[in-house]
Amino acid sequence: MSGATSAGASGPTSGPTPGGASGAPALGAPLQRLEGREKVTGAARYAAEYFPPRCVHAWPVPATEAKGRISALHVDRALAEPGVLAVLTHDNAPRLAETEDRTLAVLQSPRVLHRGQHIALVVAETLEAAREGAAAVRAEYTVEPHDVELRADHPGLYVPDEDNGGFDGARSIGDFDTAWASAPVTVDAVYRIPALHNHPMEPHAATAVWDGGRLTVHDSNQGTTAVQRTLAELFGIEAEQVTVIAEHVGGGFGSKGTPRPHVVLAAMAAREVGRPVKLSLPRAQMAAVVGHRAATEQRVRLGARPDGRLTALAHEVVTYRSTLRAFVEQAATATLSMYAVPHARTVHRVVHLDVPSPSWMRAPGECSGMFALESAMDELAAACGVDPVALRVRNEPDTDPDTGRPFSSRHLVECLHEGARRFGWGGRDPRPGVRREGRLLVGTGVAASIYPVFVMPCRAQAVAEPSGRYRVRVNATDIGTGARTVLTQIAARALRVPPERVSVELGCSDLPPASVAGGSSGTASWGWAAELACRTLLRRFEEHEGPLPGDGLTVSVDTSEEVEATGKEHARHAFGAQFAEVTVDVDTGETAVRRLLGVFAAGRVINSRTAHSQFIGAMTMGLSMALMEGSTMDPAFGDHAERDLASYHIAACADVRDIQAHWLEEEDRHLNPMGAKGIGEIGIVGTAAAIANAVHHATGVRVRTLPIHPDKVLSALEEAARRGG
Amino acid sequence: MRAVRYERAADASAAVAALAGSPHGRYLAGGTNLVDLMKLGVETPDLLVDITRLPHDSIETVEDGALRIGAAVRNSDLAADPVVRARWPVLSQSLLAGASGQLRNAATVGGNLLQRTRCLYFQDVGKPCNKREPGSGCPAREGVHRDLAVLGASPACIATNPSDMAVALAALDAQIHVHGPTGRRTVPLDELYRLPGGHPERDTVLEPGDLITHVELPALPEAVNSAYRKARDRASYSFALASAAAALEVREGTVHRVRLAFGAVAAKPWRAYTAEQRLTAGPATAESFARAVDAELAAAVPLRDNGYKVPLVRNLAVRVLTDLAERSREPR
Repeated sequence: MSGATSAGASGPTSGPTPGGASGAPALGAPLQRLEGREKVTGAARYAAEYFPPRCVHAWPVPATEAKGRISALHVDRALAEPGVLAVLTHDNAPRLAETEDRTLAVLQSPRVLHRGQHIALVVAETLEAAREGAAAVRAEYTVEPHDVELRADHPGLYVPDEDNGGFDGARSIGDFDTAWASAPVTVDAVYRIPALHNHPMEPHAATAVWDGGRLTVHDSNQGTTAVQRTLAELFGIEAEQVTVIAEHVGGGFGSKGTPRPHVVLAAMAAREVGRPVKLSLPRAQMAAVVGHRAATEQRVRLGARPDGRLTALAHEVVTYRSTLRAFVEQAATATLSMYAVPHARTVHRVVHLDVPSPSWMRAPGECSGMFALESAMDELAAACGVDPVALRVRNEPDTDPDTGRPFSSRHLVECLHEGARRFGWGGRDPRPGVRREGRLLVGTGVAASIYPVFVMPCRAQAVAEPSGRYRVRVNATDIGTGARTVLTQIAARALRVPPERVSVELGCSDLPPASVAGGSSGTASWGWAAELACRTLLRRFEEHEGPLPGDGLTVSVDTSEEVEATGKEHARHAFGAQFAEVTVDVDTGETAVRRLLGVFAAGRVINSRTAHSQFIGAMTMGLSMALMEGSTMDPAFGDHAERDLASYHIAACADVRDIQAHWLEEEDRHLNPMGAKGIGEIGIVGTAAAIANAVHHATGVRVRTLPIHPDKVLSALEEAARRGG
Repeated sequence: MRAVRYERAADASAAVAALAGSPHGRYLAGGTNLVDLMKLGVETPDLLVDITRLPHDSIETVEDGALRIGAAVRNSDLAADPVVRARWPVLSQSLLAGASGQLRNAATVGGNLLQRTRCLYFQDVGKPCNKREPGSGCPAREGVHRDLAVLGASPACIATNPSDMAVALAALDAQIHVHGPTGRRTVPLDELYRLPGGHPERDTVLEPGDLITHVELPALPEAVNSAYRKARDRASYSFALASAAAALEVREGTVHRVRLAFGAVAAKPWRAYTAEQRLTAGPATAESFARAVDAELAAAVPLRDNGYKVPLVRNLAVRVLTDLAERSREPR
């Protein structure tokens, strides 16, 4: 590595300076997670682990119908429970100001728009009394017929103007239909992904305290600035009257990316009973109110010349949104940036269903879409008799086909080659279903990964204290990613001091406002502001004469202009390649991932230790998606049937055997001062396709509907055996 | 709030006496299932009698080479017991295939036997379930039933018994020792569980207040050559999609003794008597095993989403029997 190690030579030389050589570790150094000890010893406190005096507990009551109107709510029995202080319902809850996100309009109306929507909140002296009170609330409904099933022929489907992230509902390059009609080789397949749930280990929780007109909330979220502003808006007070704190967050995976109903309920209840209120969502209620990855049905058509060069590509997505919230999974959005193809189109069609609202889940869009596209590419490789790695290399574009812009950097081909080398891909026998080890079939698969570069404007302060220490204040949120550690590294490097001399303050809305921990944008956005603040401070420091004032030197920065001025001329994405080796048991259809290896090109990696965790964590989540995850929309009741961690299966340690993540050194001057692309999400993109492709290579059967459960593989194997005679 | 009385019993008689007259009382041992169900509102006991201090926590070889297992023995300890591993390996394997390490450390043998179905409707008090609320209906039949029964079900209920251990015990002719309000008795494991019929609310033949004190394994020469195989959605902490427990003794290519039971296909561990009869004295070949298992499974009534269980349990059973047959040819 270069850069940081030599920077110390020009560091400050007077006053409370580090003196001489920097001591700042190079960017990329594997600095240990700063709060690691607190976390593993249980000292780190999460939102539900604050105990203000006289704190009481709240337990929400979910609707047990999918659609209708509450005709009567019987709360007498609940109120009669010893310890129950209040039961809030749409009849007595305070009116909230309107917000764009109608899932936050809790207890404002007798309308029920999906099963599991909160219809009451019981507040009690103890958790047990609140739960018991909630069980005693009886609701009567005027029930209306509900519509909860996603079907590709649903008459309500339409093409939205825009999807999540503001992307176009439909896009087109050239003339797909004509090119498709004349394509020598074609693949036309439909891929399905069920609803997937974020299920962070820490459930959504909040502890809310009102002090006069001031509200303080410890809340588990991915961005306290947004929660602060939303609460202020809902309760009709100034943002300055609200402090939201998220010092430690036990995962979010997108489900805590926007304010969720629990924090509104906690704040509302605390104001109503005049005491601090703690609310931690029961796991079984989460699926209905915290968002999920919407199920998708994706048809992919690939037309190609016999050598595999693409001539036509269509990626058509059918999905749903709730009636409450306009969130449409942008599953086909990344497709047009992947391969050189002159004629292509992407279409999203969406239907409003009476279901819980979908929202962000790790790599919304790319994760779903790339399962379909990268599976179809594997099918094309087989159809053309071209090696799957070579096929992707052969279709490498010079510029971004979607926008026509040059890529700021793109090293997909290098990732594929490096991955192939490390994995031992060379000499792979392409024939499916021929490698047998006892009762196991063995196969390998590959898929590409992509994730866009997002960066958001951010503010920060840097303070030089007379003691020689530095403080960097930025309202980042560390949701377990290592943000606190990485920002310390960025600041230490910019200040040219050892990281021990720097304290980063984050996770509190009283700090200079920052963007959400989402879109893999945190390090770039917050780091940019931290870097700018530190560099500015260093200049101020050098200009300063005499001892520092008692409160030190403070600078405040805002990166809006720099962010706005950067990156307009380029298409900016991170890329990667993932390789999987699987075994499939011929008797049971059970698939095990023997090896999973990813190589990524994501700009400069700031901390190799926490980055590695992000990559392998996301790959594990992708493995889980491939083989285990998914809930069933129960058509009779309108809820996701699997709502706890016993029935909603995520990968256990025993499922993750040999997992490796590597990355390429990538220089990209069109990003931000650190040269970093995001790394939180790309690891889950393409994983499921790599595994599904390996299952095909192992067995000769292609499972296009996730998860690849044993019963699907077994049925496909038996069907193939029957057809084979 | 519902008051729950808690009492700690010192011996079986005291436990049974403590629960007498409390039809809604429950014995509490590992609590790995009962406490979960209490949180969900599925179980609402007014009395918990803690039986973890009862002196039923040992594993002893008794006369005739039988093994007497205390009901309070933890699943982990039973799985690791050297005698069990040597003489009834299928039992150890079934235990290790169940739950997670943490759960096995807490769960007891008695509690494992009496755990309730994991049918999602049974566990959701917001929905009908004939097992939980007799007469309320069974949405599973038309709803989510990929995990549920293909054998022995009734219009009222298609729940499966979730235990892995019980499948092995069914194959091993385990005897369940019960201490009840009217005295002591022994129930063969295969008769412990009921098929749902019109009364799915009753999982077992036990009466209120009955306490399982021991499980006895008779000495079976063929149990030395026994194995358990379970298919599941993930490698740990998931219930069986289907499983098979078998013990086999082959003499000169012919099945001399065989025991076979299926898991996750019915409200009870499914002892495959029909298959055993066909197998006994027949050739120890995969083809013969498959025919016998198919005869057993002829009674299967698959639903929309659980038909895979029929070929799956057949494959598992044939695989286990085939492996055991190969092993029995090798000198031990």
